[in-house]
Amino acid sequence: MFDKYLIDAATVRNIGPAEAPTGFAFEAKLGYYRGLTLSMIEELAITLDGVELPREAVQFDEGQGPITLDAMETAYDRRWAFGTPATIIVNHPGGLPAGEHTLALRQKLRVSYLPFPAFNTDEKTVQAA
Amino acid sequence: MSKIQRGVSLYSFQEELFLGTMSVEDCIAFGSSIGAKGIEILPEQNMPEFPNLSDADVARWQDMLARHGAHFTCYDMFLDTKLRKDRPMSDAEQVESIVRDIKLANRLGIRNMRVLVFVRPDILAACVPYAEQYDVHLGVEVHAPWHLEHAWILRTIDEADRLGTRHLGILPDMGIFMKHYPPAFRARFERQGARPEVTQFIVDSHEAKIMAEYTIYEVAVKMGGNKAEVAMAETLRHAPYANPKRIGNYAPYFRHIQAKFYEMDEDCTDPSIAYDEVIPELVKCGWEGTLSSEYEGNRWIQDVHPVDSREQVRRQHVMFERLIDQAEAAFGAKETV
Repeated sequence: MFDKYLIDAATVRNIGPAEAPTGFAFEAKLGYYRGLTLSMIEELAITLDGVELPREAVQFDEGQGPITLDAMETAYDRRWAFGTPATIIVNHPGGLPAGEHTLALRQKLRVSYLPFPAFNTDEKTVQAA
Repeated sequence: MSKIQRGVSLYSFQEELFLGTMSVEDCIAFGSSIGAKGIEILPEQNMPEFPNLSDADVARWQDMLARHGAHFTCYDMFLDTKLRKDRPMSDAEQVESIVRDIKLANRLGIRNMRVLVFVRPDILAACVPYAEQYDVHLGVEVHAPWHLEHAWILRTIDEADRLGTRHLGILPDMGIFMKHYPPAFRARFERQGARPEVTQFIVDSHEAKIMAEYTIYEVAVKMGGNKAEVAMAETLRHAPYANPKRIGNYAPYFRHIQAKFYEMDEDCTDPSIAYDEVIPELVKCGWEGTLSSEYEGNRWIQDVHPVDSREQVRRQHVMFERLIDQAEAAFGAKETV
């Protein structure tokens, strides 16, 4: 319902030392009409220039500190609020080389009233400095 | 004054709220400006502090409503039975979650709760003593493809009768009265590659009230439908047209209506949902409650158009005023059910 708005392309930036970035980060929203406890977010899959990055490389931070996707599965006391950006941090040695990239985000949510998992996907062209 | 009050669910403004182009106060102020003074909320959408609201948070909401001459009508609950990956919520945990919502609704001064349709009637029965104590009506959302006389819905009605309670019942979503296929749906499927001759076939089949599975098979197999065409045909599974004449029979079981709509035409008519048949029935039976706008058209047009939820809601309320006035002139005011 909000797929095209998930990735905030303007926020994509490298992280770590400028001369040797450890990865990149960006702000994203949850593609749902309400907030959700983190334990129900099963997947935040990142695809960079057509290649899906390993799950272990991804961390999430809604403001309470970075957490791995595995740790999110039992984070019953943290929520991703509706319409609120959170930071997605990707461990990717070297970061994003300068230039244009295609960045995709797929969210897999465990929504109790749906018989199947809900998927939200967004893909944006982003610029690395 | 009419027994039918007008209101709006903040769900209607999800596009603007998500993008941050409207605040909740903007939504309340707008609703009030068009006479939709009854405000339905989704705490899990509209209250970032959920579920831990302080007394100051509650006071802030009450002050905000008072500033605009508005009031709360309904609390839309959720129940995360799949909160944990390793096991489903136990029955006791489900009751605990719903009781938490009942208490929060009571603190906010809200007397109606929209209960998700998938919640089991026996779980709700266990919540009834709390609903009575805190004076919150638990209304199971009658949402398409369920309808008023679906066996699952009748189980809740039976449970309410068995318990002899006025605090358990239903809460109809007007999407169950989809008389005509929404043009906004068709247009989006055509943008996704559905051929006009196939979309016309689907619209005609819906208009003729042909059972969905026949049309899906025709489109998917006989017509060699593409992905968009099959997806459009499959929406028919969720597009029932329940009989508006039956709504009076169920009126004692509901006090709030989610007035679902997908688009309003410029002349303030709904091309899809049969409000022109439903509202006379509500007036005829003397139903008392709130028609609460629930605009859900954003997801069907946002790929090509900017979304203007305010204008859509405004048009729906022009229609409500017209239909309520006409029905009251025709049938007069009846005793409350």
